[in-house]
Amino acid sequence: MNDARHFQILILSSLLLFLVLWSDFAPSFAAVVLVVLSTLCMQFLFLKIFKIPSLDFRSPLITSLSLALLFKTNLIWLYPLAGVVAMSGKFLIRYNNKHLFNPANAAIVLGLILMPDHVWISPGQWGNAIWLAFALVCFAVLVLNKAGRVDMALFFLGSWVFLLFARALWLGDPLSIPIHNLQSGALLIFAFFMISDPMTTPNHRWGRLLFAFAVAVIAYILQYVFQVREAIFYALFMVCITTPIIDLILKDKIYQWRKV
Amino acid sequence: MTKFLFTILMLVTFIPSHANAFCGFYVAKADAGLFNEASKVVMSREGERTVMTMVNDFKGDTKDFAIVIPVPTVIKKSQVNIGDIKIIDHLDAYTAPRLVEYFDSDPCQQIYMEMDMAAGNAPMAMKSRRVEESARALGVTIEESFSVGEYDILILSAKESDGLNKWLNQEGYKLPKGAEKVLKSYIKQDMKFFVAKVNLDKFESSGYTYLRPLQVAYESPKFMLPVRLGTLNAKGPQDLLLFTLTKTGRVEPTNYRTTKIPTGDNIPLFVADEFGEFYKAMFDTAVKKEKMKTVMLEYAWDMAWCDPCAADPIPAKDLRKMGVWWLNQEHGKPGRPVPMNRRIMPPQGGPVNAFVTRMHIRYTADSFPEDIMLQVTEDRENFQGRYVMQHPFKGKAQCEAAGSYYDGLKPRFDKEAKTLANLTGWDVNDIRRKMAKNGQSSNIKDDIKNEPWWENMWNQ
Repeated sequence: MNDARHFQILILSSLLLFLVLWSDFAPSFAAVVLVVLSTLCMQFLFLKIFKIPSLDFRSPLITSLSLALLFKTNLIWLYPLAGVVAMSGKFLIRYNNKHLFNPANAAIVLGLILMPDHVWISPGQWGNAIWLAFALVCFAVLVLNKAGRVDMALFFLGSWVFLLFARALWLGDPLSIPIHNLQSGALLIFAFFMISDPMTTPNHRWGRLLFAFAVAVIAYILQYVFQVREAIFYALFMVCITTPIIDLILKDKIYQWRKV
Repeated sequence: MTKFLFTILMLVTFIPSHANAFCGFYVAKADAGLFNEASKVVMSREGERTVMTMVNDFKGDTKDFAIVIPVPTVIKKSQVNIGDIKIIDHLDAYTAPRLVEYFDSDPCQQIYMEMDMAAGNAPMAMKSRRVEESARALGVTIEESFSVGEYDILILSAKESDGLNKWLNQEGYKLPKGAEKVLKSYIKQDMKFFVAKVNLDKFESSGYTYLRPLQVAYESPKFMLPVRLGTLNAKGPQDLLLFTLTKTGRVEPTNYRTTKIPTGDNIPLFVADEFGEFYKAMFDTAVKKEKMKTVMLEYAWDMAWCDPCAADPIPAKDLRKMGVWWLNQEHGKPGRPVPMNRRIMPPQGGPVNAFVTRMHIRYTADSFPEDIMLQVTEDRENFQGRYVMQHPFKGKAQCEAAGSYYDGLKPRFDKEAKTLANLTGWDVNDIRRKMAKNGQSSNIKDDIKNEPWWENMWNQ
């Protein structure tokens, strides 16, 4: 267990197991298998095509588990396609040795945009009890492992908490409302496994702070002004486009997955 | 004149549960009439268009009836309609949790007979200049003022919640404590207020003895159910039945978890006589298990068919009256009436392109602090609350297979008793006693052997 990604895989698979055992709306076994297999196969294929002498399946496994947890469709073949789209985006849309979009997030957003009659996500499917345990474990593991980009998760969650509480104060709502809003499993997966993806975020710490804040603000506007339920995912997709510009202005070295 | 203000979703239904026979197979139903504090709302949603039907089964004096509902846009007279309670009751019965029964065949003759049993049932005065002036002075704008049927309706927008509060009080609406804060929140979210009260003259001349459902059609990206005002002066938990009709699939809350009610379990035969009690106890147990924090899914099904049908299929014209305006649009053919009196309709891609979701929400201000935000999903997986009674073979079976059949009954009855105890929290020994009275005793084999030969003859 010398790579933060091992813990991430462990957390995501436990969460998936929890859903399968306890939730009434868990992904089907076939869906999980299809999305995991397609993602891993595409990773393998692209490694061969680009002649990359590595056989790393940890990142694609994280991608496929995130997809299995969030991506929902009524067409079974869209599950493997989501894996294909995620990996294609990762290997084909690149700049400066980094991929532009978080693979799972890109697949979700493209699914929502291109197949609106078949794709959805269910942000409400996690209960409070599991939420708290999940939050603590994610936080502890990432902090203890000093995973390179845990700051991103914290920057984003901090901005999001700030915006939700500011809204409640402005509206005169009881604080139970923003607290209730924060108890979303989808929000945690997003914060700890998507926006904190070191490969799609700015290299410089200040750039990352800016990035996380921008995602939170755009998500807030999409959610509360435009009533978009999948706001955070769209927001990350949009802000990812600006990463090369942020990297150009605020220079720092590229993140390397390394043993901790 | 002081009117009580009954905010939406605390309107109480008190329809006694009549045991209507359905096609001669009626067993039991578990519709909204069982739940004392249940209000019913039907929402049809497609794109940004919403049609909301609210059943006002208000039991108090009609002159005291008034509702305030936050709405996302200004509503004009033509957007408001009086609905037909019978259609809503029909939808309630059609989607209600159901009891089905099967009969064991003669273990000596392996011909399987099967039988389903389904469950089914059933301001103009304010327009005066004085009112408008006093409203304006308090920062309240009367956007629209009209009457529809027996209701006088005002659409208000306000700048300040204290002004709105004051004006509503001035006009005789008694607001619950804490309403001002909630009104303030809605005002800042740019919501308008739909205020309706009953015009007594019109109500009397209408000849109705109850308040008919109010329907509102509007276009807005906001797809939500405002429950906050309704929780303010509620004494305890409230029950809400939310029915949604969509083109694509199941509707789910995005800020609350959805759980399915337990379904498909085999339960003892005596439950047929107390299905209502059973369902109430089961629902209580399920809600407690989730600490009242989830939305319970009771039914989700393609409206083109049902299996088994708890009530006659709902005719296309009635669906349209509940806001399914897109019906048959894609099929390009006129709304062929749905065949009646068919209890099981196979999926035919028939004329009805609508999907119904029935959610049962029990809530308090603590467990549901926030309005329920909804989304239409593309999930078309069918779900229903369905409970099975399996009748043991009543005839005299005398063959080798009969021995093992009767041996298998005891553990089967025992399992049914435990299942029922688990589902309802009832005492398992009480259940066993009731089962024994109903011919489901654990020594059924001897009972049948010792049964006088004429018993079986009369009961055929």
